[in-house]
Amino acid sequence: MANRLFKISRAPLWPGISAAMLVAVLIFGTLAAVLWRAKGFSALGPFDLAALRFTLWQALLSALLSVLLAVPVARALARRQFPGRAALLALMGAPFILPVIVAVLGLLAVFGRKGVFSVALGWIGFDPVQIYGLHGVLLAHVFFNLPLAVRLILQGWLSIPSERFRLAASLGFSPRDMRHLLEYPMLRGVLPGVFTVIFIICLTSFTVVLALGGGPKATTVELAIYQAFRFDFDLGRAALLSLMQFGVGAAAALLALWIAVPGGFGAGLDRAVERWDGRGGLAKLMDAGWIIAAAGFLLLPLLMIALRGVPGLALLPASIWAAALRSLWLALVSVALSMGLALALAIAVQNLRRRWARGMVEGLGYLTIAASPLVMGTGLFLMIFPFANPVALALPVTGLVNALMSLPFVLRALVPALNDIESRYGALADSLGLTGWARLRWLYLPRLRRPLGFAAGLSAALSMGDLGVITLFADPGAATLPLQLFRLMAAYQMQAAAGAALLLLALSLALFWIFDRGGRIDADT
Amino acid sequence: MKHILLLAGLTLAAHSAAAQETTPVLTVYAPDYFGSEWGPGPAIESAFEEVCGGCDLQYVTGDVLPRLLLEGTRTSADIAIGLNTDESKKARDSGLFAPHSVDTSALTLPLAWQDDTFLPFNWSYTAFIYDNTKMANPPKSFQELVDMPDDVRLVIQDPRSSISGLALVLWGKSVFGDKAGEAWEKLAPKVVTVTKGWSEAYGMFTDGEADMVLSYTTSPAYHIIAEEDQSKSAALFDEGHYFLVEMAAKLAGTDQPELADQFMEFVLSPKFQNIIPTANWSYPAALPEDQWPEAFSQLNYPQKAIFLDENQAADLRDEAIAEWQTAFSK
Repeated sequence: MANRLFKISRAPLWPGISAAMLVAVLIFGTLAAVLWRAKGFSALGPFDLAALRFTLWQALLSALLSVLLAVPVARALARRQFPGRAALLALMGAPFILPVIVAVLGLLAVFGRKGVFSVALGWIGFDPVQIYGLHGVLLAHVFFNLPLAVRLILQGWLSIPSERFRLAASLGFSPRDMRHLLEYPMLRGVLPGVFTVIFIICLTSFTVVLALGGGPKATTVELAIYQAFRFDFDLGRAALLSLMQFGVGAAAALLALWIAVPGGFGAGLDRAVERWDGRGGLAKLMDAGWIIAAAGFLLLPLLMIALRGVPGLALLPASIWAAALRSLWLALVSVALSMGLALALAIAVQNLRRRWARGMVEGLGYLTIAASPLVMGTGLFLMIFPFANPVALALPVTGLVNALMSLPFVLRALVPALNDIESRYGALADSLGLTGWARLRWLYLPRLRRPLGFAAGLSAALSMGDLGVITLFADPGAATLPLQLFRLMAAYQMQAAAGAALLLLALSLALFWIFDRGGRIDADT
Repeated sequence: MKHILLLAGLTLAAHSAAAQETTPVLTVYAPDYFGSEWGPGPAIESAFEEVCGGCDLQYVTGDVLPRLLLEGTRTSADIAIGLNTDESKKARDSGLFAPHSVDTSALTLPLAWQDDTFLPFNWSYTAFIYDNTKMANPPKSFQELVDMPDDVRLVIQDPRSSISGLALVLWGKSVFGDKAGEAWEKLAPKVVTVTKGWSEAYGMFTDGEADMVLSYTTSPAYHIIAEEDQSKSAALFDEGHYFLVEMAAKLAGTDQPELADQFMEFVLSPKFQNIIPTANWSYPAALPEDQWPEAFSQLNYPQKAIFLDENQAADLRDEAIAEWQTAFSK
């Protein structure tokens, strides 16, 4: 494909190029605005390098653990059918989208000193678990990111056409053959991207790391940025730290793009995937074990959040419902923006001729989550302030930033899928003269339905839970649900806050489910 | 899409500008907890609008000082509320604020107050809160807290991201002086975790994750008044408690100078001051103790205030945080 002698104009590139430019302005332009205001960088503090070291270390471990654990879980989910599988898949999206403070309290309700896990350990004579420390941070990051990793890897599994499994069965593949000829090539295409996305999310993690890390040993770069901005008002230092974060994120993205080799399984006839492998008793047992363990680990904290939230529901004032509506509306705007941007970017990545150009566009799509929300918010504020009242623009800006923050995940879902489509049907579409918008309408969109639905669900739910750039763009009269939740906590109203958390969880899940379901209508799995 | 949104935003902005011509608008920058519907903001807004004779008080919430510093002289703020002495030096040095003309003799703070720019409206002491049904012998001094067995579980806030966390570090520095590093090292094993902000820490405490939490002497009042729960108490320390005061100030570039002055006067009036205790859960700055809500008078009350003025706080800050951070990183 890359060796084509002449270039066919397959799909319009200009939307992708414009989207890339917009993203670049938003992530680098905002940084430049902060720098310009700071009149240059200022020196790093004595603890900043230690913070960078810890940040890298915990992000590396978190991403590694999430991906390693996700592979067997995704494999088990890919080859087993059981009642409640669809519900489990939808619920598994939830940890990823919770506001961190809610998730942390949910995790503590399970793994904390008074948590159900510790209590259960106590019954059989063990000490309660000590959650605080690096392992606590990793636990939380795996809790957040395992579901994402599972879903993305599962998508890779489902992209192997059923004919390959049929062929493998008729050729009498051993489990080892399955791994080497089908599963490893697929994983090699999918894992680097998944790893990178999780690595970069964990780079900018801050509240979780501090709350579960047990002390200032667990300091991340993002905390240093917060301190520089909030307490020292040292914008130069904030900008430099933010640039460091970018550097690490960009290096990770480059590495991933270099390692990843698309699977290329060729086309199938879209038959329902039927599996002949893994029918032995041991394999079944192992798969069941992985699914039960993952479900327990992910769902128990959610259950605790729900249980603790029920009494608080009655305490919720009317304004919470208004905030919930506002958040829903904001989520829909974010979805529209992020789908538009991501689709344009993904098509550009697929159809750009030069490898470096593809890499640049795709890399840019990763980097939005390496941006410090605080620096981006400040930069946007500085860009908007001379022309308009930033508070009046609070909701559109929040919607845009939320869309940007979900871009990497959406791209992770779309880029491999689009690559698959081109490698299977590209030649056919070329010969039919299916180019430009027609290719989008008749080839891409129908076949992208599943990843698009998943990505839209993710993006909507992420937007629901995000506090984002709120510190500078909060409109007191138009608060979103997570902000109201946070305000309840700040006013001692922990029980009402728990109710609001439950509401948020339910709404996010519902949004995720509707989109994800919509993407799977008529699909067999 | 973006253009439409931008346009919508601009229309909104123009709209609010048009409304300004009819009723004078007083723009008050306030921290989020202050302006939210569960904070004192709304009650103060309506009380002021009753007395100002046809004005509109509007809050802008968020990080007050960073935002003002970003906006500089072009800010539309008339009043900033919620600043404390750990940041007022930076605020004063910015030159953005103007002196007030309020008679401060009404102040009822536990110490003498001289400041012609920043006007206190409420205050509290930092303290460790515990559950008195579970802890029979709380520490009676900071030293005793430090010397407690290591199985006591504390949750504190990070001085690099939280006002109360910074207050703790300055409190310890004032109590232990050159020995502060050693004291933090002894305290560290008892601290199960350090959170970004007050809310996380307090949530962990009420969930039973910790025996004591860094908060304020006024926190038990919330539980007594709003929840009729007498089980939360503040541990009183012999060395004294760190005095934290929240202040309001008028912006020099205000386009509503009379209204801003009127608001500054209003801050010390009984109407404003009576809203404070049960809405901001702090001691009012200009209300005699016999007029406090009953639960506030019943709270155990520190005998000694430790107060660092803004210059002392600014001088000590970096060193104190570094000392704390080094000790806690071991």
